Amino acid sequence: MADNEGVRRRDVLKGIGLTGAAAGLATTNVAPVANEAQAQPATQSHAHAPAPARNDNTADAFRFFTTPEAAVVVALVDTLIPKDDVGPGGVEVGVPTFIDREMASAYGRGARMYLDGPFGEGTPQQGYQLPLPPAELYRVGIADLNAWCAKTRGGKTFDQLSAADRTAALKVVEAGQAEFTQVPARAFFNILLQNTMEGYFADPIHGGNRNKAVWKMIGFPGAIGMYADDIEKYRNKKYDVEPKSIQDLS
Amino acid sequence: MTTKLKSADIVIVGLGWTGGILAKELADTNLSIVVLERGAPRDTNPDFMYPTVHDELRYAQRHELMQNVSRETLTFRNTASETALPMRQLGSFLPGEGVGGAGVHWNGATWRWLPWDHEPLKLTLARYGRAAIPPDMKLQDWGVSYDELEPYYDKFEFLCGISGKAGNLRGEKIAGGNVFEGSRQREYPNPPMIQTQAGALFEKAAKNLGYHPFPQPSANASQPYVNPDGVAYGACHYCGYCERFGCEVNAKASPHFTVIPLAAKKSNVEMRTNARVLKVNLDAAKNRAESVTYIDASGREFEQPGGLVILAAYALGNVHLMLWSGIGRPYDPVTGEGVVGRNYAYQIGSGATVFFDERTWMNPFMAAGALGIVIDDFNTGSFDHGKEGFIGGGGISTPSATGRPIGFRPVPPGTPAWGTEWKRAVVRHYNHTLAINNQGSVMAYRQNYLDLDPTYRDRYGRPLLRMTFDFHANEQKQANYIADICMKIGQAMGADRVVRRASPQRYSIVPYQSTHNTGGAVLGSDPRTSALNRFTQCWDVPNVFVTGACAFPQNAGKNPTGPVGALAYWTVDAIKRYLQSPGPLVPV
Repeated sequence: MADNEGVRRRDVLKGIGLTGAAAGLATTNVAPVANEAQAQPATQSHAHAPAPARNDNTADAFRFFTTPEAAVVVALVDTLIPKDDVGPGGVEVGVPTFIDREMASAYGRGARMYLDGPFGEGTPQQGYQLPLPPAELYRVGIADLNAWCAKTRGGKTFDQLSAADRTAALKVVEAGQAEFTQVPARAFFNILLQNTMEGYFADPIHGGNRNKAVWKMIGFPGAIGMYADDIEKYRNKKYDVEPKSIQDLS
Repeated sequence: MTTKLKSADIVIVGLGWTGGILAKELADTNLSIVVLERGAPRDTNPDFMYPTVHDELRYAQRHELMQNVSRETLTFRNTASETALPMRQLGSFLPGEGVGGAGVHWNGATWRWLPWDHEPLKLTLARYGRAAIPPDMKLQDWGVSYDELEPYYDKFEFLCGISGKAGNLRGEKIAGGNVFEGSRQREYPNPPMIQTQAGALFEKAAKNLGYHPFPQPSANASQPYVNPDGVAYGACHYCGYCERFGCEVNAKASPHFTVIPLAAKKSNVEMRTNARVLKVNLDAAKNRAESVTYIDASGREFEQPGGLVILAAYALGNVHLMLWSGIGRPYDPVTGEGVVGRNYAYQIGSGATVFFDERTWMNPFMAAGALGIVIDDFNTGSFDHGKEGFIGGGGISTPSATGRPIGFRPVPPGTPAWGTEWKRAVVRHYNHTLAINNQGSVMAYRQNYLDLDPTYRDRYGRPLLRMTFDFHANEQKQANYIADICMKIGQAMGADRVVRRASPQRYSIVPYQSTHNTGGAVLGSDPRTSALNRFTQCWDVPNVFVTGACAFPQNAGKNPTGPVGALAYWTVDAIKRYLQSPGPLVPV
């Protein structure tokens, strides 16, 4: 079963053109070995390579998501923010790792949410009303997503779909038209999109935006703390600097 | 199980701007003062140190410095016909928690409200007559005029080291300042901040249209400053981590490094943190406060007796404590009787987003919380709003508050929310877009109010506060009218595309709008329509004073912290008089 999972995952990763690092992301139970391919773009040959490895510092190991869940999260992030001619993809900069860490944290467990009942559906203006903290919403939402995909897309889970089919499926989910059985599809989509954007644009200290690649893409200088001398000098001019992260400045 | 403590002369609930100001100023009386703060102790070092504090996820998204709603929240509904449901996570507004309160994470926009905002009823009746006032609108005067508050506004501005330019100095209008403001006795303590490209574009376009742009008065110090208490401010770095963050260089005025440590130094002042006040205990006749009940970090319950109780929590927290403690008569929207919970209001937003070519660089990350250019030509007291068919108005501004990319990623309407086309639009527009915002006033209405929820409870077993609120046609008309003005300004900038942001249809508690909740325990001259007299003293329980924006009878087109600070100083003087002869300061 584990082997089948592994093969299937590799097929999926091949199919969606993920990087070696992404393959590592979806793998939690492989013996740590140094892997130079992590920083390299994926190629077809990866599908035939040995099981992908991850950093030996376990930075990429999933703490909350199970292996099949992680494969879905990787596929979702890759669909929302693909690698393209514009800039880095969400997976290559570590967004799945970010989401996983967040779900394993106080935030994912709803430490700052009011979760007492009774629970009513409410109006859109009343906001989120499910009894689920984010981590549980992901767990249930991924199960719903896979079940809906299996029912409407020939028995396949979300991560088994082609890139084009994943995009089409996610548009249906976004529109709230996917028939989820446990939670509203839109609630799952909203938190997924929010967390994906957070991981993509946040300081790399949280696991995403690796190498500040996203900040470089948009020209955001990051955690730099002083512009008093630049604000006039660069008025209506491009401010072209290497972004700095919290760790760079610590 | 409750431990009864030694009585204090004065008990202050909450340690933000108003609790800090009152503790510091009343310490001079040498009376014993106990201040109870529900949250943790905090200081610039180590809590707001660079670079750790420059973490958008931790502070702006995960709300590290704000109220933890797992413990205390409220329920919300648009109308009384709906069932209110809990605010399960923060959204529309962000009350603070911990030493300094929301005064730590505010943006620093510090206004004097316009004279009109303090006397809207009197001025509306004089100019338009009663027929202009919609039937359900509860337009009320403060009972305190702008001129009476002027010295107190002045005091707060010098405490905070406001950077700005006067537009009305002792009655003389000054170009480049806000010519619509009330008369002020002296210039701001610090010169205006350095403007950004966005501000320069707004200023030029507004001027060309004949409006009167001026730099937003800001509590982000434009230069090093020492305030009258001897507290030193650093100069603002324009780092763009301001609103929702603590300031690492003490350039943003905050009670945690100004009034609070000065009060804490006094031997007659004792501050207890992680001390959450659950109730004010009244005598049997319900016209005298005897003590407050609070719990500490371990959940142990204490009763702190006091001769005088000052409620200095966030606006909503004060109203909640009053309702739960039975201070004053709760408002009933059906009969229109009762006063506590009445006149709750918020603000309404609209505006325009202006998309430029790729040769125009905004550098939105070079920013400060209160950095911006404003016009007041269409604010409440500045123009003939009666002619336009509504009461009120709004401040129109181009803020340069942040370029932090989780929150700031402007794209034109029609852009997908994800995928390659989304990414292309983010990259294209990130550095080439500005916003023109209307901060619109909201008047009070019979149907908008606060009371106790019948179903939901907080962690301590108390009923949650219930908010019933929606926007009314008067405000929507105003917001749409001003959106058109914003469009005109945007179109005068020579941009590629200007997109109108119309008035919202319904109020939603989900997206962040502003932490400008007002009313619920308003001051006034008539005990039938106000919970507090003009000295912020409870009509029904004269040894309770209430500070903060809950005292404002309606909301204005300006941020509330200026009048919150001014009213705190006004309350200091009132309490000093009260202490000489305890009793009602205004006969009932």
